[in-house]
Amino acid sequence: MTKLKTFAIGGCHPDKHKTTSDRPIEDAGIPETVCIPVCQHIGRPAKILVKKGDRVKTGTLIADADDVISADVHSSVSGEVVKIEENIGKTGYPEIMITVKTDGDDWEESIDRSPETVADITLTGGEIIRRIRKAGIVGMGGAGFPTAAKLSPPPGKKIDTLIINGIECEPWLTADDRLMREKTEEIIIGAKILNKALGIQNAVVAIDENKPQAAALMQKLTRRYVGVNVAVCRTKYPQGAERQLIAAVTGREVPPGCLPADAGCLVQNAGTAFAVYEAVQKNKPLFERVVTVSGDNLDHPGNYRVRLGTPAAYLIEKAAPREEAAEIIFGGPMMGQSGVNPAAPVTKTTSGILCFGAQSVFRPQPTECIRCGRCTEVCPQGLEPFAIKNLTRRGDYQAAKKIHVLDCIECGSCSYVCPARIPLTDYCKLAKYEIRKKK
Amino acid sequence: MLKISTAPHCYAKADTRSIMRDVIISLLPAGAVAVALFGLAALVTIVTAVAGCVFFEYACCRWWLKTKPTTGDFSAVVTGLLLAYNLPCNMPLWMTLIGCFVAIVIAKAAFGGIGKNLFNPALVGRVFLFISFPVQMTTWVKPQLFDFLNTDAATGPTTLGLLKHLDGTASATISAASELPNYEQMFFGYVGGSLGEVSALALLLGFFYLLWRRVVSWHIPVYYLGTFFILTGVFWLTTGNPAAEPVTQLLSGGLMLGALFMATDYTTSPMSKNGKIIFAVGCGVLTFVIRRFGSYPEGVSFAILIMNAFVPLIDRCCHPRIFGTGRK
Amino acid sequence: MNELITANVIVLSAIALIAAVVLYYIAQKFKTEDNPLEEKIAALLPQANCGACGKAGCADFARACVKADNEAFAHLYCPAGGSKVMTAVAKELGFSTPEHEPAVAVLHCNGSCRNAPDKTEYIGLKSCRLANRAFVGKTGCPNGCLRLGDCVTNCPFGAIRMDEETGLPRVDPDKCTACGACVRICPRGLYEIRPRGKSGVMVYVACSNRQKGAVARKNCAAACIGCKKCAQICPEITVADNLSHIPVSVSADVYGEKLAAACPTGAIVCRRTKGENND
Repeated sequence: MTKLKTFAIGGCHPDKHKTTSDRPIEDAGIPETVCIPVCQHIGRPAKILVKKGDRVKTGTLIADADDVISADVHSSVSGEVVKIEENIGKTGYPEIMITVKTDGDDWEESIDRSPETVADITLTGGEIIRRIRKAGIVGMGGAGFPTAAKLSPPPGKKIDTLIINGIECEPWLTADDRLMREKTEEIIIGAKILNKALGIQNAVVAIDENKPQAAALMQKLTRRYVGVNVAVCRTKYPQGAERQLIAAVTGREVPPGCLPADAGCLVQNAGTAFAVYEAVQKNKPLFERVVTVSGDNLDHPGNYRVRLGTPAAYLIEKAAPREEAAEIIFGGPMMGQSGVNPAAPVTKTTSGILCFGAQSVFRPQPTECIRCGRCTEVCPQGLEPFAIKNLTRRGDYQAAKKIHVLDCIECGSCSYVCPARIPLTDYCKLAKYEIRKKK
Repeated sequence: MLKISTAPHCYAKADTRSIMRDVIISLLPAGAVAVALFGLAALVTIVTAVAGCVFFEYACCRWWLKTKPTTGDFSAVVTGLLLAYNLPCNMPLWMTLIGCFVAIVIAKAAFGGIGKNLFNPALVGRVFLFISFPVQMTTWVKPQLFDFLNTDAATGPTTLGLLKHLDGTASATISAASELPNYEQMFFGYVGGSLGEVSALALLLGFFYLLWRRVVSWHIPVYYLGTFFILTGVFWLTTGNPAAEPVTQLLSGGLMLGALFMATDYTTSPMSKNGKIIFAVGCGVLTFVIRRFGSYPEGVSFAILIMNAFVPLIDRCCHPRIFGTGRK
Repeated sequence: MNELITANVIVLSAIALIAAVVLYYIAQKFKTEDNPLEEKIAALLPQANCGACGKAGCADFARACVKADNEAFAHLYCPAGGSKVMTAVAKELGFSTPEHEPAVAVLHCNGSCRNAPDKTEYIGLKSCRLANRAFVGKTGCPNGCLRLGDCVTNCPFGAIRMDEETGLPRVDPDKCTACGACVRICPRGLYEIRPRGKSGVMVYVACSNRQKGAVARKNCAAACIGCKKCAQICPEITVADNLSHIPVSVSADVYGEKLAAACPTGAIVCRRTKGENND
């Protein structure tokens, strides 16, 4: 057996809790109303095309990308637009949302709803990118960068490798794992489509070794597709972070302040690859995604295919909560955000909704640093979080900048391992905020 | 009411308390050997040292530093154990308590408490006692296996003391050579010496436990012992001095205890891997120099304390490699 | 014996000489030019190095004062020291005393524990700047005070403390030097450096919420709902984005009590500050 690939610097091993990995993807059903935010991505909010009282179908364009760095938004149900106003989002801040009252599930005619897998790619590269833009696809791992914009690299940068990110290194989350097991071929075709759009011949599907079934299926099916390979990586957090993944798969390290394109790589999430397949081969815009609903407060955790705009509370109710939730996390426990509003909608970037009970939600009291050096050991960027913490506490942000705090990817590894329970990641975030503010 | 927190929302199991608990567990085999060899006196010394350190820690936090007492994290217990392991078993108890006072109050609390001390507290305590009470600190009881009251309490020299004699006059050399313990005796610990330092086997057992629990890395002990072994070996081969026989040197005195448990102390060793290597090599060189050319037979404590002073400098110079760049 | 002494004296003298030469060389090499006048001015300054004057600390400010001509000096002001210090500096340098109105930091939020009860519990690191990014705040108001006290820990003069009853930071007007550190630190820009007024009475809107009245009131009883009652009393007051703004020019002596009484939610505050240290 060959040595498994992984990144060289740092990394840690949080408890996996992947209890939902053997639960097949279920359809979550359609809630009575959905609230669809017009900004589910990085960049400008989309321009609203509908007004109150309009009838929309599933897949109807309801908000139009306003810029290159923006994304179309489609209705995820059929029904009537009842409200277009500010609503409370997951973090509690008001966001503009389009509320649609559901009356069935009437899809746009242009969407191909046949179950066959379409393997032939008939469109040209330019057409593919246009299709992806029209489908409103964004990076579904969490960042939410518009995919069409990512597929047009800045001039002078030559991309030679496409990496499909099937690492899913966050604990609890299994959405990508399930998707890779159930829609294996579709993801591979998605990779081929992205390859064609980029005009390259080399795609690598990266999977952690803790997903052996997904890796085996992927390896079996990729034999039929020239130019798509599988890289099984040694499980280590945060391997799913873009820079760490590129280092693990290709051995190239993206220098500080540079983009992945500088290392000739482009990373797309497995879920994004599937969405690309559906958009290009089936003409289906992005209005649903797979979400892991899990956490120790749920009796029936699982993986659900969810219409965007579905309230998180609707999914939690489906998963049978035991007691009143003490914390709801959108995303994974290492980098995800605590939710303020349980009724906040699932968006394009919501990979998981975790619901924890009172016994497991606590913030240990920080004690004095014992200089064990674990934060330095695990930092995947080679930083020294303890030093950053000391400088931040002193308010010396310029010195923190000199020790590369801006390279911090906020993966949370240092806070996770710190035996003194010092919130090191928080101090790094604070230093970054202050440095950026001064600019 | 929903709780809101910043990421990450989960934590590793190991905290300061569990780490210190692991260190205590790793020190138990050496303690058991000490009690088996030196009897009840050893147990009394260990208990006194631990109790003294915990008391002083509590008192300092409560009435001096005015912080929440940190006795709950067991770090004072570790200091107490290490201090006891560095003392002979027939040490008067009041002297042991003075050692505790120096270790906790002067070497730890005066620097600001846990995590802020520059020097290893147990070693400062030991060196203080060693300089203040040289007679008591160098009266070694001969080991008597399972004779718990150790009735006759015969005293004898340590291996290192004997080795020092090998350098001396011809007659002393001959008598010292005949008294030297063999490798097995030294490895298992059937020799005179401080409580915790006699048995290399027990110390190694404890250290492997720490390695298995990922509490410490192997770098410091391996580089420390390796440097010392090579230097002594080269000296032995070139001069033929029987006192520099490297295996005996390695197994005798506080070298094992120092390299495995004192030099690896988190607070007083460098944070980065390269820094640890520099620190360990420095310790090895200094130990060799003091043992060979100094007037003391033992050099481990001084070597580690001197290198402790260099830790801030080493930390300033050694940084990990930043992702995406060459060596920084 | 004598020889020994002579040898010792010679050796030690030689060492002393060498050391002296080395020391002299180093002293020459690393000499810094000190302007005695600058030091004198710096000694007059508060030495808080708060940066409120716009310079990098008090030494830098002193340098600027010494270099300045009459016109440039008129633009230099040490908010922390106030007119007392500036008068002393001007006297030292032979300039005329500059005129400056005394000011104080005010918080444009009244979301106390009672007005805006907690809806969630924050268990992260106690820092407003961090919490502001993570979520909307305990009260649910997207513009209001997060009540985690970054202004308290960053006030160079210890003039701000957390009021346990209200949960809000409270500025002590006697200690506040209007240096503006709180204005810079607050992630929601809730602080304003406001003139204390001729008779030490100020009137201002203690709210920054721009949501519609009904939405704002859901989170906070003391929110400005943009009802324009204040604008009817004093035409200088403008209401934009559901938020009233009372310009500094509105006389607190004339309108203060009236405005505070007319405000239906209690968002308008009329306060008296003594402010002796800045006069």
